Amino acid sequence: MSGSPQGQSGPAWEAAAAVPDPEVPCVSVAELGILRWVQMEGETAVAGVTPTYSGCPATLAIELAIETALRDAGFDARIERLLAPAWTTDWITPEGREKLRAYGIAPPVNGGKASLFGAVDVACPRCGSDHTERLSEFGSTACKAQYRCKACLEPFDYFKCI
Amino acid sequence: MAVWEALVELADDHLVLGHRVSEWCGHAPMLEEDLAMPNMALDVIGTARTLYTRAGELEGKGRDEDAIAYLRNEREYRNCLLVERPNEDFAHTMLRQLYFAAFMKAFWDAALSSADDVVRGVAGKAGKEMAYHIRHAGEWVIRLGDGTEQSARRMRDAVEALSIYVDELFDSSDAAQAAEAAGVLPKRSEMRAAFDKVIGDVFSEALLELPAVPYGQRGGRSGQHGEGLGHMLAEMQSLHRAHPGAAW
Repeated sequence: MSGSPQGQSGPAWEAAAAVPDPEVPCVSVAELGILRWVQMEGETAVAGVTPTYSGCPATLAIELAIETALRDAGFDARIERLLAPAWTTDWITPEGREKLRAYGIAPPVNGGKASLFGAVDVACPRCGSDHTERLSEFGSTACKAQYRCKACLEPFDYFKCI
Repeated sequence: MAVWEALVELADDHLVLGHRVSEWCGHAPMLEEDLAMPNMALDVIGTARTLYTRAGELEGKGRDEDAIAYLRNEREYRNCLLVERPNEDFAHTMLRQLYFAAFMKAFWDAALSSADDVVRGVAGKAGKEMAYHIRHAGEWVIRLGDGTEQSARRMRDAVEALSIYVDELFDSSDAAQAAEAAGVLPKRSEMRAAFDKVIGDVFSEALLELPAVPYGQRGGRSGQHGEGLGHMLAEMQSLHRAHPGAAW
């Protein structure tokens, strides 16, 4: 079984894809790119899930929520945890990015890895200003960093780019 | 020696470091670092969990991650000595993290071509996380090394105290050599140039000098640890041993 884009349609996919992320409930597991595919093996819907960070404590909760959603939709369900290829913020869909921004979390900045101490320009999700500063490399969850907007003075979370 | 034992060594490095870093939770000098520490601990503990699970599968005796992590004594732990060094102050903690991440970043990058699917999967994720740790710890080493008189003195003390544990990172135990021969893990000695580059860049900005180490301290891979590891394991393992099979 591979992580190909196949398996991203049909009733089982629709049921699993609607599951919200437990930490960032404005986006679904499909929009975050952690639900890779759902394929039928006989009566069983098998969902391929890639964790975001090695130690993300939400991984189990996410897998359980997807399995529950599939069972509620009438399928036998199984989760297949996919470690390779590793999840990257590039897998967050355009819709997911827009929802993150609307929720007050700056979506990851695409393109070009930051050099050792290279800073990226992160736009404030509230006022759109690029005049922002990083408060901490790490935030309230493993996937976020803390920033502050120097224009509107609001602190905000930035979805770390990995 | 078998390949699974090399994965246990690697997992021990990550679990012991993760536990040490997590000891800062609630004690860090500022809120941002109090969040950063558990985040970094989670990264390496997550890596350890996957490696323990894989080691148990390869061993084939039905041991899961908990059995390997919680039911071995100090002398059975195979972590390198660097990761078990006590937190001391922020200078020690951040330099320990920088040394470890500078080595592991190169190691995981090379492990992307591992013959083992799980190791390859871990490498893809952990390599990125180590790059993040290099950046975070590196900024602190620079801030402290090129900071006040006191911060610079503490940073120099940390370099003096921890540099004797660096050489052990590049040693391959018998188990590691078996894993290298099988194409599962990269050769540890080959990480030197990448490690030196990262440390050299950070140290030059931090106004620090890498001391000459005529005799590197070794022993972790054969179970000879400092006194602190026993205390750490006692705390880490007590719940599981008092309540076997306890689950959240």
